[in-house]
Amino acid sequence: MNNPLKRVAVACLLMFGLLMANVTYIGAVRAEGLRDDSRNVRMLFARYKVDRGWITADNGKTTLAKTVDTGDKQFRFEREYPLGKPFTHVVGWFAPESASGIEAAMSRYLDGSHPDLVVRRAIDMVSGKPAKGASVDLTLNTKAQEVAYKDLAGTGKRGAVVAIEPKTGKILTMVSVPSYDPNPLAKVDKATVNKAYSKLDKNDNKPLLNRAINLTFAPGSTFKTVTAAAYLSDDESRDENTQVDAPDSLPLPGTNISLPNYHGESCGGRATLLQALTISCNTPFAIMGMDVGYDKLKEQAEKFGVGQPLEIPMKVAASDIGPDEGKAALAKTAIGQQSNQMTPLQMAMVAAGIANQGTVMKPYLVNKIMGPDGAEIDVTDPEELDEAVSPEVAGELTKMMIGVVERGTGGAARIPGVTVAGKTGTAETLPGKPSHAWFISFAPADNPKVAVAVFVESGSAGNDATGGAVAAPIARDVMQAVLG
Amino acid sequence: MTAKRRVAQLGMLAFAVLIVMGAYASVGLGINGKVPSGMLGYGLGLGGLMLAAYLVLAKWAPWADPLLLPLVTLINGLGLVMIYRIELAGEDLASAANQLMWTALGVVMFSATLIALKDHRVLQRFTYTAGFAGIALLLLPMLPFIGKEINGARIWVGIGPFSIQPAEFAKLALVVFFAGYLVAKRDVLALAGRRLLFIDLPRARDLGPVLITWGISLGVLVMQKDLGSSLLLFGAFIAMLYIATQRTSWVLIGVLLFVGGAFIAGQIFSHVEARFNVWLNAEDPALYDADGGSFQLMQGMFAMGSGGILGTGLGQGYPYKIPLSFSDFIFTAMGEELGLTGLMAILMVYALIVERGLRTSLAARDPFTKLLAGGLSFILAWQVFIIVGGVTRLIPLTGLVTPFMSAGGSALLANWMLIALLVRMSDAARRPPPQAIQDEGLTQVMQR
Repeated sequence: MNNPLKRVAVACLLMFGLLMANVTYIGAVRAEGLRDDSRNVRMLFARYKVDRGWITADNGKTTLAKTVDTGDKQFRFEREYPLGKPFTHVVGWFAPESASGIEAAMSRYLDGSHPDLVVRRAIDMVSGKPAKGASVDLTLNTKAQEVAYKDLAGTGKRGAVVAIEPKTGKILTMVSVPSYDPNPLAKVDKATVNKAYSKLDKNDNKPLLNRAINLTFAPGSTFKTVTAAAYLSDDESRDENTQVDAPDSLPLPGTNISLPNYHGESCGGRATLLQALTISCNTPFAIMGMDVGYDKLKEQAEKFGVGQPLEIPMKVAASDIGPDEGKAALAKTAIGQQSNQMTPLQMAMVAAGIANQGTVMKPYLVNKIMGPDGAEIDVTDPEELDEAVSPEVAGELTKMMIGVVERGTGGAARIPGVTVAGKTGTAETLPGKPSHAWFISFAPADNPKVAVAVFVESGSAGNDATGGAVAAPIARDVMQAVLG
Repeated sequence: MTAKRRVAQLGMLAFAVLIVMGAYASVGLGINGKVPSGMLGYGLGLGGLMLAAYLVLAKWAPWADPLLLPLVTLINGLGLVMIYRIELAGEDLASAANQLMWTALGVVMFSATLIALKDHRVLQRFTYTAGFAGIALLLLPMLPFIGKEINGARIWVGIGPFSIQPAEFAKLALVVFFAGYLVAKRDVLALAGRRLLFIDLPRARDLGPVLITWGISLGVLVMQKDLGSSLLLFGAFIAMLYIATQRTSWVLIGVLLFVGGAFIAGQIFSHVEARFNVWLNAEDPALYDADGGSFQLMQGMFAMGSGGILGTGLGQGYPYKIPLSFSDFIFTAMGEELGLTGLMAILMVYALIVERGLRTSLAARDPFTKLLAGGLSFILAWQVFIIVGGVTRLIPLTGLVTPFMSAGGSALLANWMLIALLVRMSDAARRPPPQAIQDEGLTQVMQR
């Protein structure tokens, strides 16, 4: 009987061989897919086993998000946001099954799963300590951020404020109003989270959206800076003193409607570029837009960053001047109307580009990443996005924008002892609907430290809310906060 | 067994207990950050039990294979640890104390079998008794009042507070019956018959017992919805038939019969078809959410995937999230916390137990012992293959106990008896043949 016994032994060997091969296939080949399957509850628990890195600002001096050890077995670490509302849209929140803002965009660093942190993690695993993530320090100036939030929320209106350091692209302020308390969303209890979330989700004011980067709006007269940039760059002989036509009313080609100036004001028939921008005449910029043409205007806008995919590290909605729809449309596009749609971040980049002698820096929020042991893992180096205009054109635009603040519509942004350059914007939305109020600016004009875009959304603003009246004072406060 | 071997066996046994204690401490450290308070009790309990088993073995089966007891101790102990770990996580149905009690009873059963059964060949006399006992045990759950249906399978008998799975004992009885029957009939089965094409067909009347076994297996499958036991018994019978007759034709006929039967059952009975469907399309979201769908199977897969190569470490995963993680799916629970590495080790230990059993079978001197040892070893390997293959999606899932690991008293008792039989046979196989008296006389003559 030994021969068949030996064959049965071989059969047993085969069975164990098959089992081992299959277990190896599961444990080694398929492991990652199974582990990361959304139906695998371990994914959820694993998030609470990690001593998630903190989120800070002001070079680590201010804590925006921290991890608290609750001592609970299943959900050991909980997230807290000590500064709350003003920072919600940037910092985001970390909920059981979702996350937003920096919490989402930098999650792999914060939870330590990023390849850069793999050695550290392996050491933690061997020593049996809970995995510790890296800390992320943001570029935010918390003082300016809180001022921006307080001012904007104080208007009782919806809107956004973005401030950028022109020379580097560091985002110093990013506020979206209305905001909300992120803490209930970071609770371990799923029911609490779901309740808080659905309440926010159903809110008509859409507080979950970050208006600074998720939505685009008609930029109105602030866009005249871009049109002026295109016009100045188109011919080197032009400067701020170049005379342009400034009729009281401009018949739009191919239509039977005319484009008036704001509130039907007169700009005197002819004006210098400086004058035209200072009092924000519509007709000269409409003419300039038609003069340079759609392609050049679009190209100019793109050089300021319009339409370029941006990750700061959150994804930014693409701004767009709209399609080429003929001369009449172009005239309106040139003054920031028609299908012209910009994010507040984009308009801050326009101001920052002009401030930085024509060079637009890539905007970013993450200043540096520090390992669990405090060692710097990565420090973000400023990067050029594009050269929007030459330094000469930038200088001319600056002079024009100084005129806006010193003698024109942007007077509310004046800061004693500091030269401020700015541009107001009051964008019509739908007929009969209130306008968007905008203000973009930078200061000090001779050595810019901060560029700001303030946006107050239509419908929430009063009918006569111009950029100069509503938005400019907020920009002033933010610039002052940054300048100290 | 020589003194040296005995020390080695004791050493291995101590090592197995030590590994289990380490695992036990690891669970406590993983969950609470401290060594569990009951550790000493469990350690002394398991250690004492195994020492007792060792002493019985040394006294009543001194020539026995020294590896079997330490290997079984290791698997049994690891199962205990996992059940303890899942109980700590709040799973009410898992009870480490119960499992330890059943382990103790298992060791008592082991010892009793070794002491009572001085010569296993006595069993051959009870061939038909064993056969009837086996069938009676299988049918027991069908009886009214004492039969109980749990989780859709009517394989339990309730006696007072205890639930017993008679199929576990039927398994042993039937292997004894097969061995006895086949030893008696193997010449007829092997030689008589006609040759058709390439295979030797047996005579029709010799097919009788095969058909009866087939009928019993399918009966179990149909009436008790116990796919696992049915597959187990039939596989064991075919393997033993092959060992006894050396004829491949029996294997072919058997496989064809079973596949045919299973196919028809699949057509008629929805639960059989459902098992196949779950096996093939486990990752289908609709099936995952369906009642009686692939949720459990996928939970096991998720657990093993999350464990990866090294595992999360004991007490640091979420094996209790798998339904029945302490019984049918304990292998996947091990996979999460001990990883691929741990699973390979566990499979290796099972393979070694089977290998020692088959070695005993090869070394045995009489056909009954060969057949019984071969059959018992195969049924163990086959059972591991069916359940582990089932929970790892190698084959369709049929509920069976993972030998020595799953929570469950009947299986532990029966499997400890199985090991006792293997130990008894290995003792007989390894015992040096008695010296013939005339040899001694001759030697004396030579001396002179």
